[in-house]
Parts: sequence; structure tokens; C-alpha cells
Amino acid sequence: MIPFEFDYYKPATIQEATEAYCQLEAAGKEPVYYGGGSELISMARLGNLHFGSVIDIKAIPECKVLEYDRDNQLVLGSALTLSEICESKQFPLLEKTAGRIADHTMQCKITLGGNLASTILYRETVLPLLVADSRITIAGKDGIRDFPISRIFDKRLNLPKGSFVVRVSTEKGVVGSPYFHIKKTRNEKIDYPLITVAGIKTSGRLRIAFSGLLPYPFRSIKVENILNEFDDETVCAMEVVNFLSDKILSDINGSSEYRKFELKNTIINVLETMKDV
Amino acid sequence: MFCLKGKSLITINVNEEDYELLIRPSDILLDTLRNQLGLTGAKPGCNNGDCGTCTVLVNGWPVKSCLMLTAEAVGKKITTVEGLKAAPIQKAFIEQFAFQCGYCTSGFLMVCHALAGIHPDPPDIVIDEWLQSNICRCTSYEEIGTAIRTVLDGKIE
Amino acid sequence: MGSIGVGKTVIRKEAWEKVTGQAKYTDDFISNHILTAQMVTSTYAHAKIQNIDISSASSLPGVKAVLTGEDYPVLFGQLIEDHPPLARDKVRYYGEPVALVVADSAFTAAKAAAMIHVLYEPLPVINSPLQAVDTNAPLVHEKMIMYQIVKEDIYPNYDTNICDQKKIRKGDAEKAFEQCDVIVEAAFHLPQSDHIAMETRSAQARIDASGTVYIKSASQSPFSIKKIISKIFHLDQSKVIVEVPFVGGGFGGKAPVQLEILAYIASAAVGGRAVRLTNSRENDIVSSPCRMGLEAKLKLGASKDGMLQSVQMKYLVDTGAYSDIGPTLTKAIIVDCTGPYKIDNVHCDAFCVYTNHPYVTSYRGFSHASSAFCIERMMDKLAQKLNMDPAELRYKNALCPGCTSPTQVKITSSNFGNLNSCILKLKEIINWSEGTRMKVEENIIRAKGMACLWKTSNSPTDAVSGVFLTFNPDGTINLNCGCVEYGPSMKTTAAQILSEKLKMDINHISVNMDVNTKYSPEHWKTVASMTTYMLGRAVLRAAEDVIRQLTSIAAVALHCPREDLEVAEEKVYVRHDPSLFLPFKELVHGYKFLNGNAVFGPILGQGSFIMNDLNILDQETGKGKSGPFWTVGAQAVEIEYNKKDYTYRFIKAATVIDAGRVLNPKMAEGLIKGGMCMGLGLGSRESFSYDEEARVLDTSLRTYKVMHFGETPEYLVSFIETPQIDAPYHARGIAEHGIIGIPAALGNALSLAAQAEFDELPLVPETIWRMKTGGIL
Repeated sequence: MIPFEFDYYKPATIQEATEAYCQLEAAGKEPVYYGGGSELISMARLGNLHFGSVIDIKAIPECKVLEYDRDNQLVLGSALTLSEICESKQFPLLEKTAGRIADHTMQCKITLGGNLASTILYRETVLPLLVADSRITIAGKDGIRDFPISRIFDKRLNLPKGSFVVRVSTEKGVVGSPYFHIKKTRNEKIDYPLITVAGIKTSGRLRIAFSGLLPYPFRSIKVENILNEFDDETVCAMEVVNFLSDKILSDINGSSEYRKFELKNTIINVLETMKDV
Repeated sequence: MFCLKGKSLITINVNEEDYELLIRPSDILLDTLRNQLGLTGAKPGCNNGDCGTCTVLVNGWPVKSCLMLTAEAVGKKITTVEGLKAAPIQKAFIEQFAFQCGYCTSGFLMVCHALAGIHPDPPDIVIDEWLQSNICRCTSYEEIGTAIRTVLDGKIE
Repeated sequence: MGSIGVGKTVIRKEAWEKVTGQAKYTDDFISNHILTAQMVTSTYAHAKIQNIDISSASSLPGVKAVLTGEDYPVLFGQLIEDHPPLARDKVRYYGEPVALVVADSAFTAAKAAAMIHVLYEPLPVINSPLQAVDTNAPLVHEKMIMYQIVKEDIYPNYDTNICDQKKIRKGDAEKAFEQCDVIVEAAFHLPQSDHIAMETRSAQARIDASGTVYIKSASQSPFSIKKIISKIFHLDQSKVIVEVPFVGGGFGGKAPVQLEILAYIASAAVGGRAVRLTNSRENDIVSSPCRMGLEAKLKLGASKDGMLQSVQMKYLVDTGAYSDIGPTLTKAIIVDCTGPYKIDNVHCDAFCVYTNHPYVTSYRGFSHASSAFCIERMMDKLAQKLNMDPAELRYKNALCPGCTSPTQVKITSSNFGNLNSCILKLKEIINWSEGTRMKVEENIIRAKGMACLWKTSNSPTDAVSGVFLTFNPDGTINLNCGCVEYGPSMKTTAAQILSEKLKMDINHISVNMDVNTKYSPEHWKTVASMTTYMLGRAVLRAAEDVIRQLTSIAAVALHCPREDLEVAEEKVYVRHDPSLFLPFKELVHGYKFLNGNAVFGPILGQGSFIMNDLNILDQETGKGKSGPFWTVGAQAVEIEYNKKDYTYRFIKAATVIDAGRVLNPKMAEGLIKGGMCMGLGLGSRESFSYDEEARVLDTSLRTYKVMHFGETPEYLVSFIETPQIDAPYHARGIAEHGIIGIPAALGNALSLAAQAEFDELPLVPETIWRMKTGGIL
């Protein structure tokens, strides 16, 4: 039960959505875009979030696409549920990553765009997109624009006010790259990560992105350089640990020391499994 | 554009029947099912999407109704445990002693029913993934696993 | 498809209601007229309440009342009356109810609750039982001396945080240690955790024009609710009527009374209108009572042949902010403190201490899952030091007829069963002889650990049960009893026992699934694995009562002596000529002669039961009898441990219980397996963590983790049947026991696998990593 009232809008087109946002904003109706809604509802119930209107983007056709476009880009609509993405089996690394977010039933509700825009610090769906150099298409009052993910995602999705993610596009070659995904939790499979890594190997180089380690998900070129430069797995892992060391989270799921241990093991594990790929 | 401003009249389809209801746009589907339709089979267990006792089917897929707005259900087909018509999984749960207190049962039944419909021959890992969405505090889960497998194996009429 | 009697698998009577959504639980009873109450809870664990501003909340349209602790300055408690329904003057734990809003809808109630502002002045917190017993520790209850003590065997230490102390003095422990060849010592730390019944606690109340109070509640103790509410608010017990429909899991957490009192004062504040109060999951975890924490120090000595000689123990039970059942949890520890082993010299001190943690109550296994962890880890430590097989050590020392318990109760085959048979059977099913620690591949170790268990009831010495039987004109029976159906299938068990006694089809016995204190005979509480014993005895007496009546009527009708008559298959027949019989339907509503004359009347059967040879334990020595029997068993856990990343997974969990007699095999197996699953959760993941201000951090199921599907091992369950002579069809209680030894067996398996001593719970990989590496990368 949400202890406040708001209005509900379900636009059928991108334009309707952005116009509704502008009008509601101007009218003081504190609009928010609404995807799966699980996070908005749970935060609103606990009084941690307030809004005056929601704009549900699930009826916008562009937000539900799941196809390759003419440029051989895999296009995923932001309102696709994690389950729809997994069942489609189009993007193996994203499938693996999404399949470990919350639980299966929740994956039938959580959307790609919702997870990317989440305020909870993990946002694990961004990891495959970061390493795949995906492009993110957003819509706002200035129309529809397209950004490389590195431009628009730094720690969190930095959307211009009033805009929302329409779709995510990823090059076919990258989508099919050899990949890895490791998620470590305290002791229960369905939990927030102590550490999640996701990455690919492309043109002989490893790319890697992290969640759970710092208070935000990130891809680090410096870490990738370390991974690709050292021969000895343990030396390499310790280099990565030392590089990230002073920023690593400590919370009820695990201390920073333990996360470092998990990071070290995970890096060694990644290097070993990806060595001959 | 479909919109609900303040208390509004909507129609939702639950268990193959249309219901016209007056709701707030902020109403949660679980509360509407229970308080307005008297369908109390879906249970509140955490209202946070963590336990699965409120699971219903939306167009055949399991969804935690505690994290869904009633407004979102417009145009969808909602199935609750009351809408199961002698589904094999119900009998399997009884025969396998797959419940004790019965409070999580509706949610588990809905997940199992959806799974059997969508993936009639799933590998074990898929069964695990689907059923990990729910918590049972009485049984050991083994009984629930046996129940869904007897249904998937067609060992129950 | 009729089924008669005990010993075979019977589907629970309410099965179809539960798979169709028709089974109604407390909060499923919703009407348009009912008001909703919501609590406002403390944001501090220990603080003075300086001011509560309810003005804006009270003036919100739809708000019918706002209550604070000042409105009902009463105290309640089942042992010590130390607990205000809403905090007064100060709060003692994070999540404590401080105000209650009553409104026309949940929506308005939540809105109003958010508008209540409480001003606190923080006080220093007691964040562990050890802190609680520090000299100069701040007091959680400054005026303990003013509290009413309800039960005679509570021994508080005023002006400290100790609300009760229990002792065992048997033999001379100190002297016996001098004779020991081997001594082991260890300290144990077991945190609080929570029941997590899937249905959160929920209560409704209304008061009618005559002043009669109606409570509907998700409770294991409807009759306690009646007594406590009538006592606090000075009402005749006949004016408090409690109804309990299906309950969605209890595990002991729904045995105490809390929300019912709040619902009552809420209703009273709005002129008796019906009010519902249901916990959010967050409140259910933190505001309502949880599972005890425990700190312990043990010293155990043996001679070199492995015979236990002496034990010394000190326990601190973390009862949290209020005592609730804490003193009885403490008593239960001392009663069974040695584990099911023969130790002639015992020195045990157990203290029940207040802290600023959430208050605690009964939990599946009562305090045994905690105390068993301590003693069973000690047994493995001792076995290691003696270089003896841990199973052998347990077998050698198992209690047997002729021994006495720590409280000096004589052990008999009937009151104890056969632990050694359980140990032998366990070794067989878990394949103990293949080895308990094996390398299965690089870095992977497979290990087995075991633990024994025993538990008795610790019920009041005058706990009661009762049964009424009425007949329908067609000869079918209605069984009316006061036990609550919250999962373990007690109603079906009652029907099975009646069916066995009357040799009649169980499908022709209907049992009330709900309890209503107005119509149902009192059953103490549906707790302590005592229902089969207590209710079963009452059922048998009621059955004898109707048999006597049936045969008396039939003797007249069939013109034969009563003693020649038998009852079976819903008939009364002549033993030496079964063709002479009368069906129940011709007897149960009186007997009508051919000419129309009728005699006798409807048969009304009744049976009642009271515990009869229990007593209060001696304050100094602990001597006395606190339960009618024990249930004993042996358990094992097999794991695969990964030496590289310090993780492990469950392979097998096994239990052998001496059930006396298994009444409903598949149900019995399910109860044991469910208990094991919960025990694995306690062992591997469940616990409260607190911040430095004693605030619980795991307040939702997002962070408080329980076992899930697919994470569980293969379960092995086996039963030994050593008759308990005084029990219904010789059956012991078994509902709690699956949990008791599992955390210990896991601790033993993991200690063996990782070759480190794990004396705390839960055993998460980080704990193992820290223990093995000292936390160094």
C-alpha cells in the first residue's frame, strides 16, 4: 500500500510520454517515468520516495522492441522485462547477468530501463552494456538522441531531466563475444552482490565491469589494462585489488577486506577461464 | 492516452471475468484483489517482492502482485489461485505434502502452474530459478520439488 | 476411500482448502466497516521519550484515534509484568511500538502514522548480553523491583539487567574435574534471529454493546489472549472471546500476546468498532518478538576412556528488552544442559538478561537449538582431543534407563526412548563408516558432522487440554478441540487418534479447523510439541466416554450386557455374534423403540487432560520434573567444503528420531525435514546484525535471508519406535525436533572440513575465511 496519491498515465507514443512529462512537471505534479515499477513501489511504500504522477512507458512500441536493426545492432527496448530478455536468448552475457538479478518472478516485472535507472547501487544490467560499448537512446523534450553508454553512464545513468531510456543498441559482433559473469553473495544465491563481474573478450582483450564492489557499477580501463598486461594471474589480481582497494564497500553483506578477497579470487578465476578463449 | 487522475473507474479481467472497480491510481493489485474482489488466496507476506506469497499470473507469467499497480492490470489477464480449475499441481501438492501451514501455497502453485505451461520440459536449473522466487518456511522444499516434477512428468492426471 | 487409525499416511483434512485459496487466515477477514490500526515504532533502541506530537495526525480526516503509552498505563507479561503495550517514558528497543493510529483505511492510517513526530533523548545502549552483565551497565528496566512476577519460579536480581537466574547443582563438578584426564573449554556466541512465519502477525478486535470483547488473531495461544486481556483490563474471562482461524506458520513466534492487546485498546478507543492490526514484514521482524540470542562458556571433562565426568556451564540468554518467555527459555537450557548424555557432576548457571535488542519469545525447539549447539560442539572437541570417533563418544555416553537427567529425573525407556538406536541408525543412513572427512577433488572436502538432541516440554505443571465430541444424526462425529492449526496437522492427528480408538473411517470425523474460546475446550497453547500428547490423551478419554454411552444405549436396545459389546466401523455389535449390531445413527441421537418411544438423548462426549506429575524446580539445585517425557534423536549434516574460496554446500541432512510411534508417516517426515531446513538456515545464514546503537539492520526479507528452493540437501529421515507408554498410541511429540541438532551438526561438519573451531553462528563464508586466514588476503 502506497501512503500517498498520484495519477497514472500510459502514453502510446514517445511524444505523448515526453509531452505528458513536460505538462505534469509544469503543473507541479512531480512526474516520474515508470517501467516495471518494483523499485518505485517498494520505496514509496516505505516513504522513501514521493511522486505526484507516473508515466508508464510499457505501451510505447519502441520501448518493447527486441530485434536486430539494419546496422546489425541488437536493439532492446527499455521496457522489456529481464525475463523477456533472458527468454529471447539474444544477448548471452546480458541474459546471464539479468538472470541473477533479484529472483525469477521479479525478473518478469523488472525492466531493463528500470534496472539501469535504479537508485539501488547495483544496477547490474549495465555491466554487459558497459563492456559492449552499447549505445543508449533516450527521449526527452529535445527529441530522441543516441549516446555511447560511456557518455551517459558514469556511476549512474545521467539522464537530462524529463527524459527516459527508449532502447539500448549493441553491435552484433560484440553481443556474440566470449563472455564471463561471476556473482558472489554473502551466502544466499538471491541477494545483492558482494561483487559481480561481467565481461567479454574481444580482439584478444578482456573488458570487465563491476558491481557491488564500490557504491556504483563501473567499468575501468585501468583495470582492463592490468588484466591484459600481466601474465601471472595472482600478481594481476593483486594489482587490481590494490588499485581499487581504498574505495571498496563494507556493509552487512560483507566487509571490505572480504570483498577484496572475493575480488582477488574472482579476477584469478576470470583470467584462468578466459585465458584460452 | 490512457490515464487515471484521482479515483477512477477501471475494468480488469481476473480469472476470466471482467470487474468494474473504483480505484486510486496508487492502489496495489494485491490489495485490490483482496479488499475489493475478496480474492484472498494471494497473500501479503512482505509487500516488498521478496517472498512470493502474493504471486499471481499476468498473461500467464508469474508476477508478485504486491509490486504491481492495479492500473497496470488494465488490459491484462490476471489469474489467481481461485482461478485454477483443478490444475494438476494442486493435487500434486496435496499428494506430496508440499505445504503445511498453507500460507505460501497459493504463490508456489501459481509459479508452478505457469512453469508447467511455459516450459513443460524444463531442466532442473530452470525449476530452481523459478521456484527460488518464493519462500516456504514449513516444508523442506523437497516436497514442493517432487510435486512440480510429478506434474511435469505427467504422473498426475 | 476410508482410512482407519494411526500408523498410515493420511492427507491433512484441510488440504483442499489450502490449495484453492479458500483457507482463511486472520487478515483475510475483511469487511468494509472495519477500521485499520497502524503502529508508529521507535527509531532508537534506548531513549527517553520527550514528546510525541500527534496533533497533525489526529486532525487528518479519516483518523479515528491516536493512542500513545500514556493512554493505557498498564503492564503485561506472561512471567514478569514488565511490558507496556505502547512504550511509556522510554523506548527499550529499536522498533518498539510508541503510538497507534486508528483510521478508516490502511491508506489513511499510514498517512497519519507518518505525521506523528516523536522527540527522543538517546540513552546508552546495551548491545549484547555480555554488556548487560557488566558492573555499572545502564539498566534497561530501572524499576524491576516494582514489577509483578506472575510465576513462582522467577528469580530476578534487582538493580541489574538479570531478570532471572536458573541453576543446576548435581554432584560435585569442581572435584570431578580434578579426576578428568581430558578437559575442553570453549565460548559460544549465537545471535538473535527471527521466526519469519510467512503470515505476519495479525489481530482484530471489537467490543459489542454488552461489553463483550471479540478478538480474532493469528495466534498459537487463544486461551492466553483471553486470560491476559481479561487480567490487564479487568474483564470477566467470559467477556473475552478469542477466535483463531488458520494460522500461516507459528514456530513459537505466535505464542505470545502482543498485537491483540493493541487491537483491543484501538477498538476501545473508537467505541468498540472493529479494528484490524496486521504487521508489515518489517514490524513483524523487529517490533514483534524474535528468537533468543545466547552467549555461553562451557568446560567439559572426561576420563581417557571417553566417559563424561563433569561439566561446568554459564549461559547468558539475550531476552531483549522485555522478558516475555525468556525465563522459561533459560529454564529449558538448564533442564537439558548436558545434552542427552550421562554426566553425574553438573554445575550450570543460566541467566536471563535484558538488553536493548528486540525482545524474544519461544521459537521452534525452544532454547534447545542454541544450547545443543554448545554441548554438541563440545562433544566433538572432546572426541578430537580423545582421538575418538564422535559417534562412538556419543554412543558411550548416551543416557539410558537407570540414569538421571540434570534435574535428577529418572530416565526410563518410556520417558526417554532409545538414543543409542538412533545413533546406530543415523550412522547407517549417513554412511558414517565410509569416513567423515574425505577429499573428493582438488580443494573439495566432503565432511560429515553429527549431533544428538533431546527436548522436554517445560510447560506449566498444570497445562490442560480438552475435547468435546458430538454426533450428527447419520453417525458421523464432530471433534471440537482448542488447538490451533498452523501447519503441523494437529487437527488431523486428533481425528486419526479418534478414528483408531473408535475403529471408524477418519473421513467421517470432522474437526473444527478454527478455535473459538467460547465453544472450544481449553488447550493450553499449541506449542512445545505437546499437542499430540495432551490433546491425544483428551481425545482418548472422550472416545472412552462415547464408547461407554454407545454401549449403554446399545445394551438396552440389543438386550445384552454392556461388557459383551464392541464398537467398530460406526456400529455397536455383540462380540460373540457380530450379526447382532446397531449402527451409530440409531444410537447417537438417543434410541427410538419401534413403538416410537425414545430413551436417552444425543450422545455428548468429553475428555480432558491435565499434566499430573510435573513440579517447580528447586531454586538451588534445579531438582524437579519439568516435562512428561523427552523426545530424543540423532542428526547429521554432510557438506562439501571448498578450501579455496571457503564456501560450502549441503549434500545431505539426516535425522533419526525416536518417535515412540509414527502416527502419520509422510506428515512426520515432512515435519522433520522442514525442521532440518530451518536448522540449516540458522546454521548458515540467519541472524540479526545491529549497528552500534543496537538498531537491527536486517529488517526485511531482502537482507534477512532464509533458505530457498534448490539450496537444500538430500534429506534422510528415519524413525525408531520405542513406545512411550503413557502417550496416545505411544507417540511422542516430534514437531520441533528436526531443527535442534542441525546447526550443531553443521558446525561439527564444517569444523572438521575446514579444520578450525567454529563456535558461532551463522557460518557464512566470510566467517570461515576470517577464521582460516585471520582476515589477511
